[in-house]
Amino acid sequence: MRHLAFAAGIFLAGQALAETPVLKVYTYDSFVSDWGPGPVIEKRFEEVCDCDLQFVGAGDGAALLARLKLEGKRTDADVVLGLDTSLTAQAAETGLFAPHGKTPKVDVPTPYEEAGAWSDPLFLPYDYGYLAFVYDKTKLSEAPKTFEELAASDVKIVIQDPRSSTPGLGLLLWVKAQYGDQAEAMWGTLSDNIVTVTPGWSEAYGLFLEGEADMVLSYTTSPAYHRIAEKDDSKAAAVFEQGNYMQIEVAGKLAGTDQPELADRFLDFMLSDAFQSAIPELNWMYPAVTPKDGLPSGFDAPLISDHAVLIEPAKVPAMRAEALSEWQTALSR
Amino acid sequence: MANRAFKIKPAEGISAAFVAAFVLVPLAAVIWRAGTLGGFSAADWAALRFTVGQALLSASLSVILAVPVAKALARRNFRGRRMLITLLGAPFILPVIVAVLGILAVFGRSGLVNTALDALGLPEISIYGLQGVVLAHVFFNLPLATRMILQGWQAIPGERFRLAASLGMRPRQVSRVLEWPMLRAVVPGAWMVIFVLCLSSFAVALTLGGGPRATTLELGIYQAFRYDFDLGRAAMLAVVQLGLAGGAALVALWVSVPSGFGAGLDRVVRRYEAETVLARVGDGLAIFAAAVFLLIPLGLVILNGIRGLSVMPSQVWEALGVSLLLALCATALTMVLALALARRGEAVGYLGLAISPMVIGTGLFLLVNPVISPMALAFPVTVAVNAVMALPFAVRVIGPEMRALEADWGRLGAVLNIRGWAWLRWVVLLRLRKSLSFAAGLSAALAMGDLGVVALFASPDWATLPLQMYRLMGAYQMQAAAGAGLLLLMSSLFLFWIFDRGGRGDVDV
Amino acid sequence: MLTFECVLIRQEAFELVADFSITPGARVAVIGPSGAGKSTLINAIAGFVEPVAGRILWKDRDIGANRPGDRPIALIFQDNNLFPHLSVAQNVGLGIDPGLKLSQAQRARVSWALERVGMADMEDRKPGSLSGGQQSRAALARVLVQDKPLILLDEPFAALGPALKVEMLDLLTEVADETGAAVLMVSHDPTDAARFAQSAILVAEGRAEAPVPVQELLENPPDALRAYLGD
Repeated sequence: MRHLAFAAGIFLAGQALAETPVLKVYTYDSFVSDWGPGPVIEKRFEEVCDCDLQFVGAGDGAALLARLKLEGKRTDADVVLGLDTSLTAQAAETGLFAPHGKTPKVDVPTPYEEAGAWSDPLFLPYDYGYLAFVYDKTKLSEAPKTFEELAASDVKIVIQDPRSSTPGLGLLLWVKAQYGDQAEAMWGTLSDNIVTVTPGWSEAYGLFLEGEADMVLSYTTSPAYHRIAEKDDSKAAAVFEQGNYMQIEVAGKLAGTDQPELADRFLDFMLSDAFQSAIPELNWMYPAVTPKDGLPSGFDAPLISDHAVLIEPAKVPAMRAEALSEWQTALSR
Repeated sequence: MANRAFKIKPAEGISAAFVAAFVLVPLAAVIWRAGTLGGFSAADWAALRFTVGQALLSASLSVILAVPVAKALARRNFRGRRMLITLLGAPFILPVIVAVLGILAVFGRSGLVNTALDALGLPEISIYGLQGVVLAHVFFNLPLATRMILQGWQAIPGERFRLAASLGMRPRQVSRVLEWPMLRAVVPGAWMVIFVLCLSSFAVALTLGGGPRATTLELGIYQAFRYDFDLGRAAMLAVVQLGLAGGAALVALWVSVPSGFGAGLDRVVRRYEAETVLARVGDGLAIFAAAVFLLIPLGLVILNGIRGLSVMPSQVWEALGVSLLLALCATALTMVLALALARRGEAVGYLGLAISPMVIGTGLFLLVNPVISPMALAFPVTVAVNAVMALPFAVRVIGPEMRALEADWGRLGAVLNIRGWAWLRWVVLLRLRKSLSFAAGLSAALAMGDLGVVALFASPDWATLPLQMYRLMGAYQMQAAAGAGLLLLMSSLFLFWIFDRGGRGDVDV
Repeated sequence: MLTFECVLIRQEAFELVADFSITPGARVAVIGPSGAGKSTLINAIAGFVEPVAGRILWKDRDIGANRPGDRPIALIFQDNNLFPHLSVAQNVGLGIDPGLKLSQAQRARVSWALERVGMADMEDRKPGSLSGGQQSRAALARVLVQDKPLILLDEPFAALGPALKVEMLDLLTEVADETGAAVLMVSHDPTDAARFAQSAILVAEGRAEAPVPVQELLENPPDALRAYLGD
């Protein structure tokens, strides 16, 4: 396709290109689905960019990165949107991304950053959230406030597999960050609370809603969905005393893009109100830059930064391998 | 005859090459890109043991339980028998997550069974673990096993049973003389097919398995592709899986050949030795138990789905159209391939069972991407992969019938010089109408459920019904997703029914 | 003229040798004990069995490489002569064009053949609704339209009653006379042979003997045949 466009470019050199430029953004599937923010954002950006914005959905964040690696330098993508901080080190290592060259002011309470700052040279955040165990207040009156309390209780949870799911991987890193060498032991004491481990978030959440578990690994923003979209205030997320693991979703520009300026404009747009205001009620995450109208009512305020647990991206790859084998050992017993 | 038997016909060659191109070539592409095959770790050994172990158990139980059900269905006629047989096929074509939720509504922590146990003050039972994996696999595959074995029963001519009756044989003697030899011929084949199916289980094993103990090779492949991007490891695991599945499939062909599971389900042979009260009660119980086991989870899926239909967004209907079109195209392709391969290429047809869709998708992507945007090929690739994945079932249905046709009528055809298109038009299509339409119905239903979802080839412009269902789930809309699941179930069954019915209009013998 | 030139057929432990000719238009019975290889001989001519040595010639031309459908033969089997899913007329029509693309004239020829065998009003019936005799008539109608110089029959009327069988043999004789074809018919019943054939081939003890006049063979049977005939 790109060769064609290139050939067309040469052929038409000297005369104004009537064709509108195309910006290809690879993202995860739920972002582009009819119920995600994709369609709204596409419309809003195309109103101002005089271009054709094309979202290409590819599984989840991990699948997105895998696809990019498969395509390598030949990729058609101009921007990749939807990696999170547990993947950015791997993504950076591919050498496919170009520095964004921006010093944005964001409202992401990243534990390892100065307040409001963002120092990653390749990736820019667009939203964030916290992993949490979500439960039904009418069925579980007192939710555990620590992993220890959870392990000691007979509360049943359903979690996702860190080998096939992003939140599953987040939980793995959460426990590892908090318990270090004791992580395997913690998993051991948690194992009798775990009803089952599902391949992805949807299966786990479905099982929870069917009453298979008292709590499900999801996000602190999940209750907001039920409150706002379903007028159902029965769900709550357990905020842990030692903090909840943070997931920051980011986007980056490809070094090989044939639309570098358009890509830059998209990244700027991403942090503008038109993009950010679509996030809370369509992606059900916290916007990276709080919209001028604030968060919709029904959204709990984000946790403060010292309440967030997050492993620095660079440390993730090494830690993941170790944590994964501990997890497997502890839960296989 | 000599000429007919040994020359490979162009149609056979092209079809075999096509299937290989969609199965082996992608695998080769992955290996080539990886440059090396990964090693086998201790965790992989554990996964291999679990994969094979659960497949052994699932296949054995499915077959053992299917024998009394098939026996009862073979010798009892009752109102709704046909309908029941069709409905019993439904679990096989359900999307995994829908079926799992149905099973959990019965056997889960707050399912019917545990609610009842709780009311009686009894301790609750847990479905999570090996038992749950096996239970779900039996739920999926019991209908398949029942149909294959039922076909074996009905292949025993009625005269044999009349002869047995005239000799005053008792039920046990009839079993030994007539039924036991049939079972020995049919059961190994059915067992092997289900074994191979269970080998590549991933979502069921993980969701109901309760944790990393229940890790299958397929999960390893998934992880290697998606999180580790270790193509060598993915390719190695795929080769192991291909070896296991391919080996089992070849053994199945070699050990015995069940005579298909297509035609002749209408006929109930009168069984004189079975007209005792005890036999009647036994058969009644077997049919009742199977119906309860298979239909209650299905009923709960339907109930849950009905509530979801009203909140289902309009995009689901568009997706239904896409899926119907896709299913029809895939069915057409499956039938062309199956007709070409049914007589001697059954082993080739089985390849689709033996390899992970993830490997097919990635390999094709590697091959196609340098030449043309994969998105441009989204539809044809999805059609082709679905066709290749449904092919094993189609050749399983058509193969034995085709060979029987050849045996009975091949010489007459040869003498009259009926060859090629004329043979297809005037003999095969008319003579095998029943099993062809059964195979087409099965393929259509399977393609509707989108066996071969290839995420890498997903088009931004359209989505299949199963994909939209998963997207709804991903957007918290579980109720609407249940509605989409019901729509999927109904449209799959409808397609199956339409095709299957089309094949039984004209009675000619 | 059909010629067996030092033909040797071998199937596992079974062997059959044949070395003789049959004159055009001859009506020949193939008789002999069961299991001796009568059907094998027919199958070799039809091309279903390949000789390991020797040649089978038609008009001095080797037909060994020809497909069954390209040999100068029409064949009636013991059973499965009519496709059950096709009408009687279609079954006969296959004898003219295997693709059943029939011209007006060819269709008229099918009707004529069916009328000739006494099945004029049964064109649209399916074989399943016909009696055994009617099925044989339909098969003979097809032989009629095939118009081949050699008709092979492998115990064709074995399942019919005596009177019906006689009727069929007479009809067969008429068909053969009409087309001028040579006929080779396997039969286990010597009276069939006596009624229909001029000469007979004895197949026994691994040999297919050259045809001799039927009368001669039955009145003065060799040992193998005597044991079979049971006197």
